[in-house]
Amino acid sequence: MITLAHYIVLGAVLFCIAVAGLFINRKNVIVLLMSIELMLLAVNMNFVAFSRFLGDVSGQVFVFFILTVAAAEAAIGLAILVLLFRTRSTINIADIDSMKG
Amino acid sequence: MQLSTSILLTIALAPLVGCLLAGFFARFIGRAGSHSVTILGLLVSCALSFYVLYQLTLGGAAEYNQNLYTWFQIGPFNASVGFMVDRLTAMMLVVVSFVSLLVHVYTIGYMRDDPGYTRFFSYISLFTFSMFMLVMSNNFMQLFFGWEAVGLVSYLLIGFWYKRPTAIFANLKAFLVNRVGDFGFLLGIAAVLYFLGTLDYATAFNAAPGLVGKTLQITAHTQWDAATVICICLFVGAMGKSAQVPLHVWLPDSMEGPTPISALIHAATMVTAGIFMVARMSPLFELSSTALSFVLVMGATTALFTGLIGIVQNDIKRVIAYSTLSQLGYMTVALGVSMYSGAVFHLMTHAFFKALLFLGAGSVIIAMHHEQDMRYMGGLRKYMPITWITMWIGSLALVAIPFTSGFYSKDAIIEAVGESHRWGAHYAYFCVMAGALVTGLYTFRQMYLTFHGKERFTVADHHGHGHDGHDDHGHHEPGVLAHAPKESPWVVTLPLVLLAIPSLLVGFFTVGPMLFGNWFGNAIHVEEANDVLAELGHEFHGATAMALHGFTQLPFLLVVIAFVTCTYIYLFNPALAGRIKSALKPLWTVLDRKYWVDNVYFALFARGGVMLGRVFWKAGETTVIDGAMVNGSVGLVHRIAATTRRLQSGYLYHYAFAMILGLILLLGGYWFIGSVPVGQ
Amino acid sequence: MNPQLLQVICFYAFGFVTVAAALSVITLKNSVHAVLALVLTFFSAACLWLLLEAEFLALALIVVYVGAVMVLFLFVVMMLDIDQEKMREGFVKFLPIGLFVAAIMLAEMLGLIGVRAMQAHVMGADPAVAAGVSNTAWLGRALYTSFLLPFEIAALILTVGIVAAVALTLRERRDARYESASQQVKADPNRRVRIVKMAAVRPDESTETQEPQP
Repeated sequence: MITLAHYIVLGAVLFCIAVAGLFINRKNVIVLLMSIELMLLAVNMNFVAFSRFLGDVSGQVFVFFILTVAAAEAAIGLAILVLLFRTRSTINIADIDSMKG
Repeated sequence: MQLSTSILLTIALAPLVGCLLAGFFARFIGRAGSHSVTILGLLVSCALSFYVLYQLTLGGAAEYNQNLYTWFQIGPFNASVGFMVDRLTAMMLVVVSFVSLLVHVYTIGYMRDDPGYTRFFSYISLFTFSMFMLVMSNNFMQLFFGWEAVGLVSYLLIGFWYKRPTAIFANLKAFLVNRVGDFGFLLGIAAVLYFLGTLDYATAFNAAPGLVGKTLQITAHTQWDAATVICICLFVGAMGKSAQVPLHVWLPDSMEGPTPISALIHAATMVTAGIFMVARMSPLFELSSTALSFVLVMGATTALFTGLIGIVQNDIKRVIAYSTLSQLGYMTVALGVSMYSGAVFHLMTHAFFKALLFLGAGSVIIAMHHEQDMRYMGGLRKYMPITWITMWIGSLALVAIPFTSGFYSKDAIIEAVGESHRWGAHYAYFCVMAGALVTGLYTFRQMYLTFHGKERFTVADHHGHGHDGHDDHGHHEPGVLAHAPKESPWVVTLPLVLLAIPSLLVGFFTVGPMLFGNWFGNAIHVEEANDVLAELGHEFHGATAMALHGFTQLPFLLVVIAFVTCTYIYLFNPALAGRIKSALKPLWTVLDRKYWVDNVYFALFARGGVMLGRVFWKAGETTVIDGAMVNGSVGLVHRIAATTRRLQSGYLYHYAFAMILGLILLLGGYWFIGSVPVGQ
Repeated sequence: MNPQLLQVICFYAFGFVTVAAALSVITLKNSVHAVLALVLTFFSAACLWLLLEAEFLALALIVVYVGAVMVLFLFVVMMLDIDQEKMREGFVKFLPIGLFVAAIMLAEMLGLIGVRAMQAHVMGADPAVAAGVSNTAWLGRALYTSFLLPFEIAALILTVGIVAAVALTLRERRDARYESASQQVKADPNRRVRIVKMAAVRPDESTETQEPQP
């Protein structure tokens, strides 16, 4: 018998894996971006589950929008990454500290 | 009949116009233009002053008291500019304008070669204007402004030769000492406003009897009589301006200014402003016997002890300066025994003969090429006869030889003190009596040293160098003159002659009405119980009788003693002076050091002030303001910024970590408060 | 077989794959492998969504994410010359703290969610079926009626994203030659070719001495 708890727990686990990924892959921008995608997936998982279990269409609509925005974000993020690599010849986060106060 | 407002305004403003023209447009009107325009202004003022006096005395004009302009109004308090012209004012106007006019004329000769010629004329016209505003004022506010304005001009003129360090020192000293007095004066005015609710003379004087019984708590357990507090505070102001002990120290030093100034401001007019003020405030002073005793003792002390210093001075101007102090003391004594009209009468006669003496001394100084030390003079009588005669007239008036104007005023004061029963009157009587002897001593000594005896100067035989008659002879050794002394030009001697006439005669004609004839009317108010003049009046049988009677009195005897002593010492046995000096060495030292008053002030106030300033500078300015507040706030911002700056590492994962940390804390917070935002 | 049991088995199978693939994403050395692991994560997540009968979103996830976004990732990873070793600096060092933070967060989340309360929610009838339409129609109706404006804005965001990505990466090379279409269109034949009139000459007469007259 599948309950809402199953999906919610799965979303939480995915989210925490993404958080751990942010920590342990602190140098690799690409993995950082992928961790963010994982986070979004976790959130989407919750939305879909709630939509289904509560019988409300809004959750799925919201997932739709999140997918849209995430796609745009990924495209622009990768574009910035390419630009960064072109000008700095590196994507090492440790070397990108122009914002240091 | 009413005095015309426009006439009064013209009297006050004519010198101001002259001042402005000479001060700001000297470049266009030139030196001659400057002195012409200022003298013209004074001439107008002087003539109109005489007219006003005539109207008030003989023309039957009523006293004038009117506000002309409202400066500002705060609640019930109204600060206005207005004139109050009664006979007291009119007399002051005449004295001030007359002496000022003569000094203007005299200045043409005295300051002939000075580069600050036009500036000088501008200043003395400004002074005259300020003095007019002071004496014509009808309220305390305007009085105070005039008071400060004459103080300012005095400051400017003492420091007229602003390149001389001694002059700068002297004007600073005068300024600071006067601040002490002005502080008291301001407190007095504030007390008047506090108790009487107005600064207008007429209103305040009408309300003055209501002061009786009112008290003011100053110290913890003592109630002070309001009238006493007001009067003593006001008199402290007069002490500063009229150089009474212990605020007298600035006046001798003010002789650093040009001699015409010494005559006009520091002898004849400005320093008597304090006397005038107290006389004007007579309705207030009459309420407090304590304050009058205070006035009496201060005046008596000044009259005797500053005169004593005059005996040992060698600078011709300083002798007259100490004489001025002493005579101001006499006036103050007269005030102290409620003989206000006597004080003002002496003020008038003194103005004439003291201005005469100062201008005569100036004439001598011109002749001696700005040598002021009497030890290098002597025998000048044959070189400058007009100066010699006029100065003798002034001197006789000063020592109060009967029939001279000085006699009538001074002798009346001495008599009045003798009659008075006020506390301190015995001490004062002794002081003024001894003062008569002292006056004789320093006056005759000065005359003999200057005009008689052997010539103690030599005339240098070389005449070759470019001589411009200017006062840059300081580099000569003392007692050596480039030219033989000669009589001064007419612009110098004319004022001497014009001043000598009133010095001799004015007392004879005015003593009757002014002292005993209630000439001042309502301007001066004396309580019946205090009225010593009324008692003297019983014995007054005309000016001639008074003078003849004077020959038999003790003061005259003292003067004769002084005359004989000085004549013997300085004419026949000059060596004796030195021997007396060494015999009385301790006394001489005390006098020569002026009772060490200056030294005490320097040690106590000047150095103390500097030390206090240093403390504030080091502790307050450098440490607190600069260190803690200015640099401290900068440093604080710097430190905070340096600390928070570390948070901005620029590394992406630090920001991510901060976000996640925030998320954890938020979740923990929800958990803690037990609210479950989902799954409802 | 009990369909419910099958559902549970499927859920656990796909859920396990999802979690395992997600863990691989953050632990694999090679970025290409990590991207492929993410593809697997999305894929299995899409399967889980199918279990929830959200067919449209499941397929959209595969089409949009696996088909477009992840391929983009793969392109970029392959395009950039990345020093893989350097990228993994601090991996071991931060593994404990990462796990610690993740564990705390998981504990907090689960505590807040209240798993026991959630277990009461049993999957009911499909709302789309209840409405008598397919999932896609159900979603589409909502999207084109209640959510029309956000939908349009999402379209705008995508357009802006495309433009931004192009604008960011577009590189105008100085050493390359470009065609200017506008100038080509504006070209005026009269300014390109000039027709010159010449006097006719015979070739046998001294052509060497005669210059053509312009």
